[in-house]
Amino acid sequence: MELKSILATDCGSTTTKAILIEFVDGEYRLRFRGEAPTTVEAPFEDVTRGVLNAVMEVEELSSRKLLDGENIITPHKDNEGVDIYVSTSSAGGGLQMMVAGVVKSMSGESAERAALGAGSIVMDVLASNDGRKPHEKITRIRQLRPDMILLSGGVDGGTTKHVVELAEILKAANPQPRLGSDYKLPVIYAGNIKASDEISKTLGEQTDLTIVENIRPILERENLNPSRDKIHDLFMEHVMQQAPGYNKLMSWTDAPIMPTPGAVGSLIEMIAAEENISVVGVDIGGATTDIFSVFQNQFNRTVSANLGMSYSICNVLAEASLKNVLRWVPLDIDEKELTNRIGNKMIRPTTVPQSMEELKIEQAIAREALRLSFIQHKSFAVNLKGVQKERTISDAFEQSDSGLSLVDMMELDLLVGSGGVLSHAPRREQSARMLIDSFLPEGITQLAVDSIFMMPQLGVLANIDQKDLAESARKAALEVFNKDCLIRLGTCVAPVGKANSGDEILSVSLEMSDGSEKQIILHQGELLAIPAEYEPINATLSPAKGMDVGAGKSEEINTTLYGGVVGLVFDGRGRPFNLPTENDKRISSLNVWSNAMNEYPDEIKQ
Amino acid sequence: MAHAYTPGLKVLESTSVEKERRLPLKGEVLVDKGADVVPEKIVARTHLPGNVQMVNVANLLNVDAQDVPEFMLIDTGKNISKGDLLAETKGLFGLFKSEVKCPVDGVLESVSNVTGQVVIREAPIPVEIDAYMNGNVSEVMDKEGVVISSNGVFIQGIFGMGGENRGDLRVLVDSREDELTEEMITIDMKGCVIVGGSYISLQAYKKAISMGIAAVVVGGFNYHDLEDILGYTLGVAITGSEDIGASLIITEGYGKIPMGARSFDILKKYDGNFTSVNGATQIRAGVIRPEIVIPFNDVDNLDSIAKNSEGGITEGSLVRVIRSPYFGQIGTVTSLPPELQKMESETMVRVAEVKINNQNFVIPRANLEMVETT
Repeated sequence: MELKSILATDCGSTTTKAILIEFVDGEYRLRFRGEAPTTVEAPFEDVTRGVLNAVMEVEELSSRKLLDGENIITPHKDNEGVDIYVSTSSAGGGLQMMVAGVVKSMSGESAERAALGAGSIVMDVLASNDGRKPHEKITRIRQLRPDMILLSGGVDGGTTKHVVELAEILKAANPQPRLGSDYKLPVIYAGNIKASDEISKTLGEQTDLTIVENIRPILERENLNPSRDKIHDLFMEHVMQQAPGYNKLMSWTDAPIMPTPGAVGSLIEMIAAEENISVVGVDIGGATTDIFSVFQNQFNRTVSANLGMSYSICNVLAEASLKNVLRWVPLDIDEKELTNRIGNKMIRPTTVPQSMEELKIEQAIAREALRLSFIQHKSFAVNLKGVQKERTISDAFEQSDSGLSLVDMMELDLLVGSGGVLSHAPRREQSARMLIDSFLPEGITQLAVDSIFMMPQLGVLANIDQKDLAESARKAALEVFNKDCLIRLGTCVAPVGKANSGDEILSVSLEMSDGSEKQIILHQGELLAIPAEYEPINATLSPAKGMDVGAGKSEEINTTLYGGVVGLVFDGRGRPFNLPTENDKRISSLNVWSNAMNEYPDEIKQ
Repeated sequence: MAHAYTPGLKVLESTSVEKERRLPLKGEVLVDKGADVVPEKIVARTHLPGNVQMVNVANLLNVDAQDVPEFMLIDTGKNISKGDLLAETKGLFGLFKSEVKCPVDGVLESVSNVTGQVVIREAPIPVEIDAYMNGNVSEVMDKEGVVISSNGVFIQGIFGMGGENRGDLRVLVDSREDELTEEMITIDMKGCVIVGGSYISLQAYKKAISMGIAAVVVGGFNYHDLEDILGYTLGVAITGSEDIGASLIITEGYGKIPMGARSFDILKKYDGNFTSVNGATQIRAGVIRPEIVIPFNDVDNLDSIAKNSEGGITEGSLVRVIRSPYFGQIGTVTSLPPELQKMESETMVRVAEVKINNQNFVIPRANLEMVETT
């Protein structure tokens, strides 16, 4: 079936966003969007109210009738209705899981990866070797009241004792689900197949147990998909059933509702596969920051549960320290006043920065939230641990790569930012700066932002299973992603190596798409921006002695760079990057870099 | 007429207050529908399952897990006391026996022949719930709890700490702009809910705690002083379970901010009345704000909570600015233009035009809060 019009919503914890995609002149395009406050909480306690309000806004903007009373009109006919309606959700705190594995860094980590990949928040990882006594584990399980538990452990055919022991701990804890008291807690078992009978005997009666394929059938291989799929099914069957209004919402949608981060992750995976590139995607929200990456064809997602821009903004302050936040603020500001302001943002999370000063403070905090989240991601996105490798004599002096981070900034091709502070920054230059300052890309990296945060809706669209719809829906998702969702900011070129302040570190020759030529000399400590459209630019990058832009120290590169709404950014501030410690010098440097990127209006640049 | 959804805190002088008192697990409800209750009245009771101790008998006896059942001396489901013999090997000709003693009082819950673990569950933990405020049992939820109803004052604060508390209301300042200082707090206020204007310092709050004050209600408090009270930096606003003595309710925000005039006037009017407060705050999905409840029996002229909370702001609404640069100021909405407007920060937002002290200001709607007037 060729889809002509698609309505998609994302029910976030504070806002419900609706988009209308239409097939016009041979291509799928985003036509209209609307949003309304999410209505999961009292006094409404019905998620569909927020959905209807957001859809009504789309209806008004598009002058197209989408609703018949409280029903979405399907299928599309003349200027009424849509062909399909899909939705994602993270309202009500999203999907909160506990995972358990025998060895924390092996099956425990695999279980965590599966749960995160499915879009859940992992509240805790229990493991036989986590150092906690059984009664401490039991107390923890009782306190947390997860929505679901994923239990794994042991390779197929291996010893069963430890994983059964974990099941006994779960049984003794008898955890109650967070939402609703009249249903059994869903538990997924994805461990040693030999222990299945014992696990059923232990947990079968007390919980709603499902057994799927082992998450780690052999040490050298992870098998995450069966667990991930089962988590999605149970999310729909159990957790969503308990949330107010979701039964109605589920009856409206033409495909299963996906957890928001699960949908975003699958879209990032799809892009990396389509273009055969390494990608890092980040979604910085009010309460959490999600990071997704694909390196060496391996997908990873982490959620920094308490690093966000409103509900958990004070936690960013606590974890990063006031000093680290202040270093990005190009003003002298009273510390007490600043902490009160940040505290007030936490308790009134929906407010927006009206003054330039407020904006700069928020963007300083965002840099630290992103930086800390990325540190967590790098330590989680690693090669499988515990894998034994055959080694030859020539490997004898090399480190084993078991447990090494997959994240290699020099390898990174595309960095995509989303979430209010990045997607809605008044100037795209500000988004580019925040991404560069916090992720510190090395070599050549393309930068982009999600224009209006529609990756969740496109992710669920790309995942429709029904045969008659799947192809058309996936095509629509990809076309809209490239044409309307992704705003190409440009490319960052950052040489790596040691140099003294003011030293020449890179010489660049550019042949722009209009045929004109440009020569650039980049010095240590400098940040330069060259306006350039998203078009191919032939470039010769000649690093100074000891500097590396991707081909090795002092190696020249001939390549094609792409500009964007910001252009080409040459970052000579060094990797590792250090801000001046003296206050005057720090403020002066921040202002020079902001001016170089045209980040703020002229009259209030300083 | 233009209209915008803007949640506001409830400040209601005469309303119907309903408080759900629910057990964490099903249990026993101790009052009947229609009964009058006082705050201390226990309305429901249950027992949480006792703590669990796991003893690895196989390891301790040095036997295979599958053989553990044959060495057990106590049957599953039976009571056992701390120090009692739990399991014992037969030894060699009755000698060289290994034994395992029970580490706690409890019931033997299970024995595993796969892991060799034995589960002992300690005695159940009783949990009781009181009525929280003066009122009447308007609903009984079978085995789960009750709803207590009353008429009275209901005021929400923006942030609080400490759980439920109660006492006589004592307003200690003349004006909503006055700071509640150390000298104002005296020993005769023990067990009272004291009210200040714009601010309380850390020293004054600590004095309130040391004097046994039940709760403090003020406009503002410094964010960085929270750490001194809590012992940790408050990263996310989820509070209520901390054991700090005097609950704290701030009505406006962090810093020195005069209490909203309506809240202050109502509290002043009911000075001396018995008051129930709850500092518990959760600013996340399922938002919970701290609250002040002053129950009374007058049933005339009830305000409508539903009307106020769903209405949103319209032209003529009285609003409070909740973010810099006009933080804390109160004005009247003169228009709600539909198109997005550019702020100084260059952020494009929906705005409201607000008249504050006879001057017009353009302010993002997201930075306004409704001041409820009925």
